[in-house]
Amino acid sequence: MRILVYRGIKYLVLILWSAFVAGPFLWALSTSFKNDAAVVSGATYIPFVDFEPSLEGWEVLFKATEGVNIFGPYVSSLVVTLVSSLVSLALGTFAAYGLSRFTFRAGPLGNTDITFFFISQRIITPVVLAIPYFLLLKMFRLLDTHVGLIIIYIAMLMPIVVWIMVDFFNNISTELDEAALIDGCTPVEAFYKIILPECVPGLVVTGLLCFIFAWNDFFFAFTLTFADTQLLPVSIVALNSSKVPWWSLSSSSLIAILPLVFLAIWLERYLTRGALLGALK
Amino acid sequence: MIQSRYKYLFLFPGLFTLIAIIIFPLVFTFRLSFSSWDVVQPTLDFIGFDNYVRVFNDTRFWESLGTLGTVVFSVVSLEYVIGFALALLLWQDIEKNRFFRVLFIIPMMATPVIISVVWRTMFHETLGPINDLLSMIHLPAVPWLSKPTSALIAVILVDIWQWTSFVFILLLAGLLSLPHEPYEAAAMDGANRFQIFWHITFPMMAPITIGILIIRIIEASKIMETVYVLTSGGPGTSTETSAYYIFIRSLREFQIGYSSAMSIVYLLMMILALTLIAKGLTKGLVSKGGI
Repeated sequence: MRILVYRGIKYLVLILWSAFVAGPFLWALSTSFKNDAAVVSGATYIPFVDFEPSLEGWEVLFKATEGVNIFGPYVSSLVVTLVSSLVSLALGTFAAYGLSRFTFRAGPLGNTDITFFFISQRIITPVVLAIPYFLLLKMFRLLDTHVGLIIIYIAMLMPIVVWIMVDFFNNISTELDEAALIDGCTPVEAFYKIILPECVPGLVVTGLLCFIFAWNDFFFAFTLTFADTQLLPVSIVALNSSKVPWWSLSSSSLIAILPLVFLAIWLERYLTRGALLGALK
Repeated sequence: MIQSRYKYLFLFPGLFTLIAIIIFPLVFTFRLSFSSWDVVQPTLDFIGFDNYVRVFNDTRFWESLGTLGTVVFSVVSLEYVIGFALALLLWQDIEKNRFFRVLFIIPMMATPVIISVVWRTMFHETLGPINDLLSMIHLPAVPWLSKPTSALIAVILVDIWQWTSFVFILLLAGLLSLPHEPYEAAAMDGANRFQIFWHITFPMMAPITIGILIIRIIEASKIMETVYVLTSGGPGTSTETSAYYIFIRSLREFQIGYSSAMSIVYLLMMILALTLIAKGLTKGLVSKGGI
């Protein structure tokens, strides 16, 4: 009986939260099939029953001339996000391993201060950096380029990597490194062969967070690029400029979010498979 | 700790890349904060501490900090409680419940600025679905984005919608990595669900909890795009957070000198607050976790 009550409450909570989470997506899906008439007649939900569906919102995405060309920004976003995530992951993981395993001293400053320096970069709000970054990129003629944005994103992402990976390395026993060193590995080899394979789950989650933070950035993309390089969020918000075409806004939002849904499915598999393996140990 | 001359090989590439990118913006912002650089006179003159005096007398700045505090406290505490509850409901049956786990991860992957645009249509007083659904259960329509309190609640709601997923996934990963032995021992002792949570799960999750709360406090403090799209800081300045106010002064009004001074003050306040919060959390939770 108590088990039944517990199950009942559990699934009630899960279903309520699912409704909350899915709400905006379902609303966007429904809205993407509306046109002017269907939107101004009040909130409606189900096509054919509540309103007459129209493909206007979706057609505009694939029209080359007057529509929104979503393909170019899509590729730009993907390139910038992937490159900056991978570089940050590599540099940040190295630095985190160094900070976790070795003692650094520079006058009164030690390891915790260096770690704090990395982390403190996350505290700075993008607004603060917008104008100096603008001038910096202008100086190096990198305004409105992929490379410029990638450089800025590396500064944005590397602190996250260092932060999470230092914790991760701290939880891996130094005995593993020491054993490898006694076996005649150099520290670099010990890191590659012994420690890195141990922390693949951490790398996956961290890499994913990098991807999400870079993919979802609006502010830097908005202030540091304008014509030649346009990223996805900027091009979608640009739709919002004059009047608000709810339908094309909805369809383009859904398209922008779609690839990340596959990422969510993969991440969930990955996490739980790791747990299954752990249970077998 | 191992000593080795290789150690610089690990740290320096990352450290110096970061310094190379960040040093100019930081030094330049600091220098700007002592100048009167604005749209009329973009010059790097020196006016001493005038900007800082102005910041301390600017009630709108301190109010924005208060609004930020309210938002951050509300969203982080609610996201943690909800995220933990959901993770606890879903971490054990690996094969079942896959659907829920995937669904609950998705919101953090939705671009904030885009999803805020969708939410704005949902909050629309006459054409949006939220008031429509409220009327279906005979509740009065809420003037979501045009009244100070409800606008603030709307901003908080969207943040919770988006970032509970982030807390959820990290707590889920933490739960999945817990060792099994304590649970087997507790099962043998016949402990109930509540006892197991309070004496085993929660203490073991204390370190990751501190990490998650700090990350969320830092990230939530930057809230800006949601405010920009949903309310533009309004009505009045009721939903204006610090980042948004700095945005208005710098990129809208081009009072670059003054906004730089605000940025520096804001940064110092944040570092101070975070240090205190981190100390408090470590003390509170680790003493609990120390058993």
